[in-house]
Amino acid sequence: MEFSEHIRTANVENVVLRQPFHPSTKGTLCITGHHLIFSDRESQSCRQVLLLLRNIDAIEKSVENLLGNSGLLCSARWKERAPGPSSGTLTIKCKDLCVFQLDIPGMEQCLNIAHSIEALSSMDEVADMYPFFHRPHDASLQDQWGLSSPQHQYHQMEALQRGRWRLSSVNGDHTVCPSYPPTVLVPRAISDKALLKAARFRQAGRFPVLCYHHRKNGKVIMRSSQPLTGANRKRCQEDELLLQAVIDGSDKGYIIDTRSSQQAQQARMTAGGGFESKSSYPGWTRLHRQMEKGKALQESLIKVVEACGDQTNNMDRWLSKLENSKWLYHVQTALSTAGLLAECVERDGHSVLVHGSEGTDCTLLISTLAQLIMDPACRTLEGFLTLLEREWVQGGHPFQQRCARSAHSHARLQQEAPVFLLLLDCAWQLWYQFPLALGFSENLLLRLATEAYASDYGTFLCNSDRERCAIGVKEKTHCLFQALLKPEERGLYSNPLYESTELAIWPSVHPQSLQLWRGFFLRWSQQGRHLEEAHDEMRNMICQWGRLAVR
Amino acid sequence: MEHIRLPKAENVRLLNRLSPRRSCVGTLYLTATHSIYVESETQVRSETWVLHSLICRLEKQVNTSTGSPLLIHCKNFQVLHFVFPQEQDCVHIQASLQRLSQPEQYEELYCFSYKPNVDEAERREEWSFLNLKAEYRRLGIPNSLWRTSPVNQSYKVSDTYPAELYVPESATQQVIVGSSKFRSRGRFPTLSYYCKDNQAAICRSSQPLSGFSARCLEDEQLLEAIRRSNPRSDFMYVVDTRPKLNAIANRAAGKGYENEDHYSNIKFQFISIENIHVMRSSQQKMLDVCELRTPSMANFLEGLEGSGWLKHIKAVLDAGVFVAKAISEEGASVLVHCSDGWDRTAQVCSVACVLLEPYYRSLKGLMVLIEREWVSFGHKFSHRCNHLDGDSKEVSPVMDQFLECVWQLTEQFPCAFEFNERFLIAVHHHMYACQYGNFVGNNQRERQQLGLRDKTHSLWKHLWDTKGDYINPLYRTDNCQSQGVLRPSTAPYCFKFWSGLYNRFDRGMHPRQSVEDYLMAVREETVQLEEQLASHKEQIEKLENKPEWAGEAEEGPALSWGLAPGGFVPQAGTPQDYSGGFIASSSPCQQRSPVDDRLAFTPPQNQTSEADLSVGSEQESGIADVSFNSQLSEDGPGEPDPDDAAYSAA
Repeated sequence: MEFSEHIRTANVENVVLRQPFHPSTKGTLCITGHHLIFSDRESQSCRQVLLLLRNIDAIEKSVENLLGNSGLLCSARWKERAPGPSSGTLTIKCKDLCVFQLDIPGMEQCLNIAHSIEALSSMDEVADMYPFFHRPHDASLQDQWGLSSPQHQYHQMEALQRGRWRLSSVNGDHTVCPSYPPTVLVPRAISDKALLKAARFRQAGRFPVLCYHHRKNGKVIMRSSQPLTGANRKRCQEDELLLQAVIDGSDKGYIIDTRSSQQAQQARMTAGGGFESKSSYPGWTRLHRQMEKGKALQESLIKVVEACGDQTNNMDRWLSKLENSKWLYHVQTALSTAGLLAECVERDGHSVLVHGSEGTDCTLLISTLAQLIMDPACRTLEGFLTLLEREWVQGGHPFQQRCARSAHSHARLQQEAPVFLLLLDCAWQLWYQFPLALGFSENLLLRLATEAYASDYGTFLCNSDRERCAIGVKEKTHCLFQALLKPEERGLYSNPLYESTELAIWPSVHPQSLQLWRGFFLRWSQQGRHLEEAHDEMRNMICQWGRLAVR
Repeated sequence: MEHIRLPKAENVRLLNRLSPRRSCVGTLYLTATHSIYVESETQVRSETWVLHSLICRLEKQVNTSTGSPLLIHCKNFQVLHFVFPQEQDCVHIQASLQRLSQPEQYEELYCFSYKPNVDEAERREEWSFLNLKAEYRRLGIPNSLWRTSPVNQSYKVSDTYPAELYVPESATQQVIVGSSKFRSRGRFPTLSYYCKDNQAAICRSSQPLSGFSARCLEDEQLLEAIRRSNPRSDFMYVVDTRPKLNAIANRAAGKGYENEDHYSNIKFQFISIENIHVMRSSQQKMLDVCELRTPSMANFLEGLEGSGWLKHIKAVLDAGVFVAKAISEEGASVLVHCSDGWDRTAQVCSVACVLLEPYYRSLKGLMVLIEREWVSFGHKFSHRCNHLDGDSKEVSPVMDQFLECVWQLTEQFPCAFEFNERFLIAVHHHMYACQYGNFVGNNQRERQQLGLRDKTHSLWKHLWDTKGDYINPLYRTDNCQSQGVLRPSTAPYCFKFWSGLYNRFDRGMHPRQSVEDYLMAVREETVQLEEQLASHKEQIEKLENKPEWAGEAEEGPALSWGLAPGGFVPQAGTPQDYSGGFIASSSPCQQRSPVDDRLAFTPPQNQTSEADLSVGSEQESGIADVSFNSQLSEDGPGEPDPDDAAYSAA
């Protein structure tokens, strides 16, 4: 594939860029295989804007403008505004929710640019994506990729629970479960042979594996996909033994199913899926919590973004659109289900298995949030990134499918769903309620929200570990998490107010306690600016204090 | 006290709305000014004080198997749910509180019996803390364009206006008196705010008695005089803050609005802010939503929309923005009125002032502004806040809305205000509590007759003395947000629900850690460190100048250099009670709530300072009563066959 065949016009002079927070400027627009580059030659500052084409979600051509410039309807108004005899305006809507305009002289050039952007921004061949070309001068491909591994996690907990758990390489070549990493943590009592059988009994091979070990009481969070019991109530002895081994016979455990019991029943009757019945898994108690995912979630995002862009200035309309989007409802459900999970482990002292159907979306969402709530180690900057890597990247969230398009796209919805964005929003809610307890800043959450959709780094590429290995992501791209932890970036991404606490941080899920994440959804409005100033002020205060106190 | 039918009720249960399991048993005592609930089953003595003047509604519910419930709704949005084992007790308590909370005469109000340990000279001094004359002087008034007018010295022209008024230099006594006869309640156009930089002024009045066609030459002359007092502008705005329909309806009653044809060079503008009755019912609807026990997200947002509350807040702010723009950008003077000119007019003028001048965003500035626009210009506090047993149709949260507008602005401009949310809540509290004399009565004349300055204490001095609690650590006078005119966005998404006020007592709902407190601690330590650094430098310099300097630069002084700010924030590591059963999840990091405890539990008489009395009642760290566990706790683990039981949230 050649990028050049999509580029009919590579360079346009005298383009006017209109962007939030900046006065409109005239300059040169350039299209490359991966970027849109705007450089402003007029002003002294020599502003250059570099935009990943992958970040572009939708592009709109201003038709009346084009008509006006084709000579048919040449009004004086357009002449005044447009540079030159004919021009067109492109409105570019990005996946990070930024919207800006380009006035491009020459109708043909304008259409060419639009065509190139459309073609290049929607290429889905992973190996051609920018991360494979991004070579920052301060990093080498030999640098460590990623922050942790299951081995590392195992060594951390080994001392505490020697003998109960083991590392298994049953998935060493990704054949047992394509979306699991090569090594996983499982109960020591269960052999690889048994795991193989259990994997066959679970959708897409996602057999129950350990994702979190609670140091305080030795209880664990396991996750998996749904069991394939099907209409005739199939059973799998190995799967049952595996779960039995988790709770060690004596006490009981909870299964949190992220579907309603009707949905679970339906999955069993019609789709060959199912749930763990009481009779087959006597030690386990099922709790059903319905969480929306997939299309419903994507539509919710589209609606909330649309509400934020509403220009009618009408309060009733805003509140009803916000309500109608259901976004805050999803935030509430996610936090309260995660709260339930954390409560089972921390307060009730029982191990929990989490799954929905595939176990790659809501399952990861609530297991991640529960860990943030309970585990102080997850709340530092490194800890949080490690958690994300473990649960989402290695845990098999299909980023490529889920984050292909965002809220502005007119493309038909397929596998898109902003589950990861919902996680970041929930993490922000925790941060809002416990502003001193989390070691990372809102900037980090915003950066991650951008990177998940369009990135210079390979971290969020592909849908599973197997895919990443197949095209050599770890060898040929750089790791975002490593980059975020560089000393020069740290300041921006850590929370200056952070004070570690050993205690669980229980979020309030009352509607009054949950806020629209203005920093994200209204990031490009003036409002965000004032809040940023406040954050700068905070940072300055802490710095000044820090300088004096350390001396 | 003759009104107390039952001084004490025992074994009364106080229910916790958000988490029924945190309810407690205790004894309720009635005193002349407060009801005091003392928990009986706790290690630490825990008390809840309720000031009787804050009680707005008593609601006796149907008896249940556990007893007779009595709900006490307070004006500061606290709701106390008591259950009495004996119905008789409940009836007596209700009757007593009914009477105690609805005094018939001003003299019964708490401010007349509140006697802190302050001597008389000091008490008098309190009242001179704010001086409106000085405030006008600060604005540059009187000057060659504006002068003091003695016309209302004895409240003859307008009994609801203050004695001291400022009018255009060229307006004669006859013009003023003539105009006053053409305005509701004699409230003629007079100066509210003067912009030194461009000589534009905000004036305020009541509606003209124009009916369908009446004119008044003096009124027209007075407006012309106002316009001429702003030599740089050839027109002025007249802003009627009512919806047009309401203004037109008023014409039938011989009132109305200015006819542009009759006044030279005015631009007339309606800005729709609804009347006090609409606002009252809107707030009630909003409070009903707040009091829902477990509202879903949809219930809450729908309810909030249905109440229209934020829409009204936006309308007030929009009006303020309009006036501020006219003054700052067009340099035109503005006359603001509504019907009587003491509700919407006060809101709009004061919001505009906050936007226009940084001074009004300071602690003292906001006090001065409230004193001028609300207290002195005759906002009917006693009627609006229902201080006495009176007409419920006069009650309206007009001032609440102003405070909320300021709060909304503080949320948009976190560095622009010297005061914090606690300060706004404190003012709100005292408006209703009547512990200080400031807000008692409906206008200056009434207050003078009541002798409030001779018999009561002043709130402003008290707030100033405790200002440490009310400072916004992010405020710096040299910050770009704190300078010049504020240009807020009034896009609907900029308005938030103020749970800090309306759900003030539902602690579990608020952020559990306070950035503000942390930053205050940091700020204080920074100042200390800077001082020490300076003194050390000085010492070093001295030593260096001595020839026999031994080179013993002293390392860190006695102050703990390494002390993390966490040391100031003990809550961050407070051990928690996790044994409270499945349901009561405690938050580890409960900071002090944004609300000052002392406000909630006002002390009895003869206390040196109410600050001593953060009564032990709410020592427990706030409890996160997480509704996510309600399902689980009620029919979760113990469920015999949960196979078919769905625990999904309704």
